[in-house]
Amino acid sequence: MKKEERSSIRFIDMTWEFFISLRLTVVLLFTLAATSIIGTLIPQNESREAYIQAFGEFWYRVFYVLDIFDMYYSWWFQLLLLLLTANIVACSIDRLSSLWKTIFVKSPPFRQGMFRKESLKEDFTIDRPADQLRSTYERVIGKAFRYNRTEPSETGYFIYAEKGRLTRLGVYIVHLSVVLLLIGGIIGSLFGFEGFVNIPEGESARVIQIRNSNQTRALDFEIRCDDFDVSFYRTGMPKEYRSSLVILEAGRPVAEKDIVVNDPLRYRGVNIFQSSYGQVPPDVRTLQEAGVELSFKSLESGMVYTRKIQMNRPAPLPEGRGEIVLKNFQSSYVFMGQRDIGPTLVGAITPSEGEPLELVLPLRFPNFDRMMTRMKEGRRFVITVHGFPQRYYTGLQVTRDPGVPVVYIGFVFMILGCLVTFFMSHQRICIEVVEKGKQQSRVIVSGNTNKNTIGMEKQVRRLSRILHGVGPAGPIPSKAGEIG
Amino acid sequence: MSSSQLLSIVTFIYGLSAVLYITAWIFEKPFPGKVATWTAVIGVGGNILGILLRWVETYKVGYGHAPLSNLYESLVFFAWCIVALYLYIEYRYRNRTIGAFVVPLAFLAMAYASLSPNISDRIQPLIPALQSNWLIAHVITCFFGYAGFAVAFGISIMYITKQRRTAAEGPVLAHVPGTETLDDLTHKMVQFGFLFLTAGIITGAVWANSAWGRYWGWDPKETWSLITWFIYATLLHARLMRGWRGRKIAYVSIIGFIAVLFTYFGVNLLPGLHSYGTQ
Repeated sequence: MKKEERSSIRFIDMTWEFFISLRLTVVLLFTLAATSIIGTLIPQNESREAYIQAFGEFWYRVFYVLDIFDMYYSWWFQLLLLLLTANIVACSIDRLSSLWKTIFVKSPPFRQGMFRKESLKEDFTIDRPADQLRSTYERVIGKAFRYNRTEPSETGYFIYAEKGRLTRLGVYIVHLSVVLLLIGGIIGSLFGFEGFVNIPEGESARVIQIRNSNQTRALDFEIRCDDFDVSFYRTGMPKEYRSSLVILEAGRPVAEKDIVVNDPLRYRGVNIFQSSYGQVPPDVRTLQEAGVELSFKSLESGMVYTRKIQMNRPAPLPEGRGEIVLKNFQSSYVFMGQRDIGPTLVGAITPSEGEPLELVLPLRFPNFDRMMTRMKEGRRFVITVHGFPQRYYTGLQVTRDPGVPVVYIGFVFMILGCLVTFFMSHQRICIEVVEKGKQQSRVIVSGNTNKNTIGMEKQVRRLSRILHGVGPAGPIPSKAGEIG
Repeated sequence: MSSSQLLSIVTFIYGLSAVLYITAWIFEKPFPGKVATWTAVIGVGGNILGILLRWVETYKVGYGHAPLSNLYESLVFFAWCIVALYLYIEYRYRNRTIGAFVVPLAFLAMAYASLSPNISDRIQPLIPALQSNWLIAHVITCFFGYAGFAVAFGISIMYITKQRRTAAEGPVLAHVPGTETLDDLTHKMVQFGFLFLTAGIITGAVWANSAWGRYWGWDPKETWSLITWFIYATLLHARLMRGWRGRKIAYVSIIGFIAVLFTYFGVNLLPGLHSYGTQ
């Protein structure tokens, strides 16, 4: 029993040792940096086909098993991040527990052992008795350091002083900020979502598609797009994408805003961003409502006529040559059982004499009918689709991330922590004044710092110059003595 | 005179200054060094004037945006940051030798911007994604960071050069500051760079969140800036906790700067939001 206990304690100790080692930190930072490169070289979250084409079946399988195609969210990458956090937390606890006493004490301890560093030492002899210097020195030191106290020695006294003790916490603020970023990230992935939705002008949507998955999600409200506009610079570069959105709850409008890239609509914790746009492929309904504009070029006279034709309603051909009817609109049409020619209008022509002819008008290929008139007998006009109703859809990114406030606090902590860590230090100083005969004193100024030794050297030299300057000509202290 | 012309002249001024710094260092003559400093001061003045002039020009063309929006403009600003930071160090440390290792970097940046056939100096309008006030904060913090790392890189190269040929050997390096000072200065510059890189990543994240609703998307540029951040974080920890000094730190600082260069240029070869490809 005892043996077991001891071994479990040993195990805990070893685990702790593992997590507080700086070697782990360096290894983790290095591994994170190295593995992150992979995801920048291999595009993330593409289709299976695209990957197989790029890497071949074998490598596709290897990468797939290793989660390389979504590596930043893979278990092993997340594990590395988690290990780093555990490492940061363990190191911080370990070091803070030993630092705690240094940081939070009423009267900070000073030992001569702290002030051994030669480069942080200056000494000089001054023509003034030690006890006369004391109050002047205390005043000078008191100005430059927040805390100071005087202790007697056998041959004179020591003045100890320090400042910036709390700056030792700076690095832990940075560490805390990293932990906050991670917590914020976890909150976001647990309680947030990131999706998109395409809404044609004039329509509304409630269900969005979640990014990188097949899932959908219903919102608590509806988004209606009243209008979408894109404008261009003279150079042809896009200038602005603008969607007029209305938020509907139970059919009633509750908010509205024109959004552009960089200026989203936020409603009840959900952010709606302008992300893309496109043209809505025409459908039978809109064509029925609006009709289609066709142009007819006569093969005989070369005359061009434009006519608006309603769906399923026979209309006379120009020059009294018969009738035309548009029967159907198909979003994809396979021509002669071979090739898909995309969205296509299908109809018929009944010439004034002869058999009815089939009419095929693919929207993507305006020259299609010109070809057909050459192949078929009895055609008198080349027909092209001149205009059909066009509508845009707006592509919206819809996100919710309740982790953002935590992340932002993390950001603030990180900047503040870095500022403190890099530019401030805990400086301690010891002025030893030794009596040297009746009228002289030997003064030793020595410093100690937790970082920026070169800066401290300057500080010690500067201080020593000031203290030396308080010579016979310097101000004479009113009260001397009082060594307690 | 147009801003592009002015900035082309600045390129040559930086080139001249770099040559003078190197001459002063190799031949140990104080005079070319002094001229080098003044040349650099003129260069840095012309550089900022060029940037401001370009800003005015964008309004004349009718677009009106800070000139920090494409590769050309960012290189010009990068060069300015490097020389401005260097001149401050020269003033603080009273040493000109570092200039021989740093000013050429600014010259290269400007020369690349002005002379490369792939980089257009035409003023272009802002695409919708870049139309935000965050653009200025993001670009400025990032390039301050890059400049800090660039100067640290120059000093690291200098440190290694100095170490290779020890003091006994040559007068060429006699004027190089002591290795301890160089080591300290590298560290300071890395801290400066790290602070601004951190701020740059953060401003970028806040911007991304306000424009696309995600503060981090593992886009190649983001990821590479994080890789750079990891490398310099390793440097800072190794120095403070493991007592790494001198040569080791110099090598890590050089690796870090290679990552910076990749973050800056290499990512254009990869797909993503930040590519300057669409010029």
